[in-house]
Parts: sequence; C-alpha cells; structure tokens
Amino acid sequence: MTIADPKAPRPDQADLDKAADRPEDADQWTAKLRTAAVEALPPQRLLPDRQPAYVASWIYVFGVTTVAALGVVIATGFVLAIFGPNWWHVSSTGLFVNSLHLWSVEVFMFAMVVHLWGKFFMAAWRGKRKATWISGVVVFLVSVGAAFTGYLSQQNFDSQWISTQAKDGINSTGAGAIFNVTNFGQMIMWHIVLLPLCVVALVGLHVLMVRLRGVVTPFAAKNETPGGEPAATTAAEVQA
Amino acid sequence: MSADTHKKPRKFVQDRDAVAWKGRYEPYDLAKEFLVALIVVIILVTGLAVLFGSPDDKPVTVRSWSTADAVDFAQTAATELDGTSGTATYGPPYNLNGTAQSIGPISPGKWLGVHHPIDTAQDFVLGPLSTLPDNPQVQAALSEYQSATATQQQAWTAAYEKAVANATFTNGKLVVPKGDYGPVAALIAEETSMARSGALDGALLASRQFYGTDYTKPLLFIADGQYLANLADNQHLSGDQWGMMNETGQWPGQAWLWLYTLWYQVPPANTSANGDIQVFAIMIGLTILLALVPFIPGLRSIPRWTRLYRLIWREHYREVERGGGARAAAAPSG
Repeated sequence: MTIADPKAPRPDQADLDKAADRPEDADQWTAKLRTAAVEALPPQRLLPDRQPAYVASWIYVFGVTTVAALGVVIATGFVLAIFGPNWWHVSSTGLFVNSLHLWSVEVFMFAMVVHLWGKFFMAAWRGKRKATWISGVVVFLVSVGAAFTGYLSQQNFDSQWISTQAKDGINSTGAGAIFNVTNFGQMIMWHIVLLPLCVVALVGLHVLMVRLRGVVTPFAAKNETPGGEPAATTAAEVQA
Repeated sequence: MSADTHKKPRKFVQDRDAVAWKGRYEPYDLAKEFLVALIVVIILVTGLAVLFGSPDDKPVTVRSWSTADAVDFAQTAATELDGTSGTATYGPPYNLNGTAQSIGPISPGKWLGVHHPIDTAQDFVLGPLSTLPDNPQVQAALSEYQSATATQQQAWTAAYEKAVANATFTNGKLVVPKGDYGPVAALIAEETSMARSGALDGALLASRQFYGTDYTKPLLFIADGQYLANLADNQHLSGDQWGMMNETGQWPGQAWLWLYTLWYQVPPANTSANGDIQVFAIMIGLTILLALVPFIPGLRSIPRWTRLYRLIWREHYREVERGGGARAAAAPSG
C-alpha cells in the first residue's frame, strides 16, 4: 500500500477539471446549465480585453462609475449595519461613516442618471438590447426606493417629515396597506435587506446583459447606408 | 416545409436595429477602469463627506412639541378627541372616517381598506390618559366623558375646540377661556401635562410586545399639529417648496425625485383633493413610457433626431467621414 502525495491533485478532481462536457452527462441539468452559460458568456465575452474602436467617450465611464459607487454605498452601509441604527447619532466616527454613505448614494444616483441619459441618446436598446434597457430602468426605480427607505430610516427630523409627507402618496395607491412608511422597523428592513439585495442582483443581471450583447454600435454616418456598411438586408444580419 | 422558409427578411429600422461591428477593436482594460473608478469615487466621496458632512437634525418628540408650543399641542389633542384631526378624518388605511383618493372609479386605497387601524380619541387621548396611575381627577374625568352620550361629548369637544384657539400657557398651565366643556378641559390639560413630562411619547408607542419599532401613532399625532409643519416650512421642506426631495439645511436630498415633486407644484395636483393619486398616475405612466421607449415609434427616434450621439461618438464619425470607413476596417479580433 502506498501513501498518496497530499499535494498531488486528486485524480477525480483533475478529471473533472479537464472534462468540459461528457457525452454521458449531456442530459444532466447541471451540465446543460453550464454549457448554456459558457456558450452565452464565454470568458472572453464576460471579461473582454478589447472593445470596438467607437467605445471612446467619457460617457462610457458613468456605467462603471455607477457600479463603483454602488460598491462604496454597500461597504459604508455594512459599517453602519455593524454598529446599529443609533451609532451614527451619538458618535462622530459614526456620523462620518453616515456622511460617506450619503455622498456615495448621491454619486451613485448622479452617475446612474448620466449613464441612463447617455444610453438614451445613444439609443442603446438597438440590436436586441431592449431587455438591457428595461433592466436599467428597473435598477433606477429600485434604487430610488432603496434611497427613499434610507431617508425614512434616519430616525431624525428628515425621516419624520419625509415619512409623514410621503404617506399620502403611498396610501393613495393602496400600497400603504402593506408598505407603512411611518413604521421604522419595516422601513429599515427594506432599506438594509430587501432593496439592496434587489439592486445588487439587478445590477449584476444588467451588467451580464451588457456583456452578452456588447456595446451598441453607432448610428450610420452620412456616407454609410442606414444599416451600416454594407446595409443589412437579411433578418440574420439584423438580428446579429 | 417549415414556416421559416417563407419568412420575409425583417426590414432594418434604424431606431430598433444595429449592425454587427466589422471595424477595429482596441485594447480596453475593464478591470483597470473599474479600479480607477472605485479609487476616484472613494476620494470624491471622502472629500464631500469631509467638506459637507451629513444632516442629523433631532427628531421632534411629543415632549419637545408640547414644551415648545403647548397651545398647538392642546388644540391638536382636542381635534384628536373630537375626531376632526387630519388622522381622524383620513380614511384608509387608518380608518373609515374619510374618503380614499381616487381617479374616477379607481381607488386602490378604498379597495384595500383599513390596515393600520387608528381611533384617534382612544389611541391618542383616552387610552394614554387611562394609563396614568393614582390620579382620581383624571379617572373621574375619563369616566364622565366615556359615560356621556355621543351628542353630549360632541357638544363639550366642539365648545372646547373653539375656546382652545384662544388658550394661553401661563405658569406651567394651559389657560382656556371659561365655558361648558364638561370633563374635556381637564382631560386636555392632563394630556398636555403628560406630554410635557415625556410620558405620552412612551404611552403612544406602547404595544403588545416589549420592543417596538412602529412609530405610526406618534408620527401621525405630531404631524396633525402645526408645530412640525412650521419647522419644516422654515427648512424649505413644505410641499409647495418641493419639500419631498429636500433635506434640512443645504444638502442635496433626493434630487432624483424632482419630476415626482414637480407635479405637486402645478394643477391639477396642487389644488385637487386627489392630488397624490394623480401624481402617482402620471409618474407610473411616464415610468412605463421610459421603460418601453425601445418599442414606441417616434419616442425611440428622439436620439437620432437630436443628434447628440454625434457628440458621444465624435471620434468615430470623424474617422468615418475622413473616409476611413471604420466599420469596414480589420475584422474583429476580440
């Protein structure tokens, strides 16, 4: 009996790593899912190191800035959550972290709005990118809700005033029956659990959709045919 | 024979379709771009936080309100007792004493009904007063009020409400012009004392469980008074000051709510009793339009008509117009 070298890769694992698709596993759901995921988003498309030459404008920076600002929003929110909702009212460090949280939200929303309008004026929904556009609009809406519940969770004069004013709008839609803006406990749960989860998941989905279709091409120039060069005339080309 | 064989090629629509890029690809380091963006955002946010901080104005409590403006508190308490306050006459989701907002037959608030029941007389006045221990005077006043007929109660509270408009607060006591108010004067005077001691804040929060996080009752009570609204007005937070999107002081607040707040400044929402549901209807409609822009002919052509894309892709068009034919250049390499 020989003692196996603990540093050597386990044969079964090495075998798994090498095996892309075993014919005998083709019907397995996991294998199908992996194949579909890799086909849709191969590594080179998921994290490309080259972009079309037209991707050369400051407007492209606002998408990545939005994601970066979201990272800061989440990180500062984590710190506030660690110490609890009262901390920032009684600690100068806490107040500073709250300030970082507030300003990162302002930067996040600003960058997202510029990104949204940039994409509007590029008609970025063209070429089977409609779902990407819609997911972006949904991210914006959910982010407005996340920020709004943050304002309601501050436990200060602002939250008192905003909640007592906002209740009329929310109640008029009937949503006040289940979404009570004057209930601090409910609002803070929406703010630190439900809505951030939705925002992060939707931003992830949105970015994957962008990677799936790539960056939209410019409109045809004067000396080009409307469909580009050469004009697309078949469904296959249009769908490309 | 499949139906696809006869399918006509779809016509190319400039505002809907895009061709595949056949031009040059350039190195583009996404990971580096993200890291640089993150560092820039951290520096920017830290700078803004150091320079401007964040607002944290203390909340109004029933105690601070009744201490600062005892007369306003007493007037509000009287309206809670006689059922004429904003909350008492609100309707769903708090009670059925008011009409839910509607647009024609559409009234979601009415359909969903009462979900956070509030009886202002009981919850804001009689209930909290009944928790005061060892106060025979209050217990007698409560007993007299609760055993009176509704007509009698209404007569007392109506007379008191009129008189309390001219009340003063002198030497720690609420002074109301003399009249026939039955036990109501004693009840409101005791409620004011209870509020000024801080006991009412706790009593309004009291619920079945020890830990409470629902501030609906104290918030609605405070909002029924004029004191909170006056403070908000001084801080440019009133509805006609675009209040919902502002914060105390000069902080930017929720600037992204500007369009929502705009509708409250103009007819019909700024004069209608159904203003809130009208604003929501407009915003829901506009939001659906925004989401569905790619499908709406005309709307989806705005980018092409405005030609702002020429500015965004100016390098590309410069190259194309120089005759380079960027799209026709080398095949994609990545």
